[in-house]
Amino acid sequence: MKMERKKRKYFCLFVLPGFVGITAFVLLPFLDVAKRSFTTAVTGEFNGVKNYQSIFQNQAFLLAVKNTVRFTLVCIPILVGAGLVMALMLSSLKKKGFIKSLCLFPLAMPTATVVMVWKLVFYKQGFLNLLLTRLGQWTGLYGEVHMDYLGTGAAFQVLVASYVWKNMGYTMILWLAGLSGISAQMIEAARVDGAGGWQRLWRIVLPNLRGSLFTIVILSFLNSFKIYREAYLTAGAYPDKSIYLLQHLFNNWFVNLELDKMAAAAVCTGGVLMGAILLLQRLWEGSE
Amino acid sequence: MKKRPVFTEKLLKLRRPAGRALLTVVLLLPALTVILPVLLLLSGALMDAWELGGYIGTVFTDGTEFIRWKFLPDYPSFANYGRLLFETPQFFVLFWNSMKLVVCILAGQLAVAVPAAWGFAVYQTRAGRGLFALYVVLMLLPFQVTMLSSYLVLGRLGLLNTHGAIILPAVFSTFPVFLSYGGFRSIPCQMLEAARVDGAGEITIFVRLGLPLGKSGLLSAMVLGFLEYWNLMEQPMAFLEDKALWPLSLYLPQITWGQAGFAFCASVITLIPAAFVFVIGQDYLEQGIIYSGLKE
Repeated sequence: MKMERKKRKYFCLFVLPGFVGITAFVLLPFLDVAKRSFTTAVTGEFNGVKNYQSIFQNQAFLLAVKNTVRFTLVCIPILVGAGLVMALMLSSLKKKGFIKSLCLFPLAMPTATVVMVWKLVFYKQGFLNLLLTRLGQWTGLYGEVHMDYLGTGAAFQVLVASYVWKNMGYTMILWLAGLSGISAQMIEAARVDGAGGWQRLWRIVLPNLRGSLFTIVILSFLNSFKIYREAYLTAGAYPDKSIYLLQHLFNNWFVNLELDKMAAAAVCTGGVLMGAILLLQRLWEGSE
Repeated sequence: MKKRPVFTEKLLKLRRPAGRALLTVVLLLPALTVILPVLLLLSGALMDAWELGGYIGTVFTDGTEFIRWKFLPDYPSFANYGRLLFETPQFFVLFWNSMKLVVCILAGQLAVAVPAAWGFAVYQTRAGRGLFALYVVLMLLPFQVTMLSSYLVLGRLGLLNTHGAIILPAVFSTFPVFLSYGGFRSIPCQMLEAARVDGAGEITIFVRLGLPLGKSGLLSAMVLGFLEYWNLMEQPMAFLEDKALWPLSLYLPQITWGQAGFAFCASVITLIPAAFVFVIGQDYLEQGIIYSGLKE
């Protein structure tokens, strides 16, 4: 019993300072926002769920939600899958340090720097179109390409590519860590028992990576919100409507001081995210 | 370094050198997409305005001919670096703003998040586990969700439009808690018990055993933190009106294409500290990524 009390005392000593800060800067203010989401922006009078009704009738909000969901659903499977393929390929190389470093480097590149390069690459007469044109001339299949990537719906693909490019190294390292947790004896045993290469991959390696999968999906999800930086810097506050994300909308509401809508949307988004995280956690624990 | 079992080799029977060479080539293709942009920046920064204008002039004059490039400039010059470093005081102000923000945030996180992580890792109580789950959720919430609440509290504290508005909320971020926790959990608890038996106090154990043994976790938090906060954008855009307070990451987008050479140089200089931290901290970076994927 004495041990328990001592434990609690030191737990508080170490954790409390940070917790007080978090309470002051995140938890209490968020409760305040939740309260505000039921009042009007200017007078602060109670007006029930009107703010919620208004955001769900707001075209911009619906578009932003649709785009954000679409972006998440497209980019996470691509990233997670491509990362796994890369990790599997890389794990068979002896000297992987160099390639690993290169794949991680985009993580260190400041967004402003990256965006500057992207503008040159994806411009109508930029490097990508130059490459495609040369390829077309070389094979004789098509002529010059002058596709506008950033001002049209293709901006969405550019954003997905940029996200995958940036986070590939992160995902790969997580997969590699998962792979190194599988015992080599098990694979060897399967080989001795006559399991072929693909069989070993499907039956032993992939099922054993299930635990990593949940983590990787959650972290990819977390990082997918940061794509706003690239989107904002390439296309500004009002980009092509295929990449108008929730983050743009929040920012524009903030600039225009539409705090009532913002409060309601923050509560909704926060609620949905928390639900998604808890659901994933549940699945994750259930899988053990 | 422990030798890791080699899977794909056994899986795909890639024992022959030819197979391995092929694999290297396939893996080098994505690597090219990393090398080329860096070379592009480095070479562009060494061109004078005239040469650069000849290559990428089409971008800012809205021309119809294609962009061109030479990775080795015909007339290399450091003129743009000179102008940026010696004749642009604004650039220096923003550079030091960025440094100040990053250093203060990381120091604050060391002081707050690392002890908290130790508390969670060593003194596991029921309430602690619940609280930790809350921390994980907070870690995963994007800035936009908490933007309004931060704005309200910062306004009430009179911190808007000061660097405090960026530093304080970041100090209480829960991500470094999670990473340092990973490092502390790897310390065997028998070791701590042994220290207790020998009469060491709890604070002594934290300082003398915990910090040295769990340093990979907190260093990885520092490395990932540096890369994140060197790149700050949303927070300063929302909370700092005065552009003299902005970090370097927001300077670059303001440069127009007419001054492209300048933009290249500024890009390179923004990249240098991040690349430096990347090179010296790469092992910790990897470790940090692995910790970020740990389950409780």
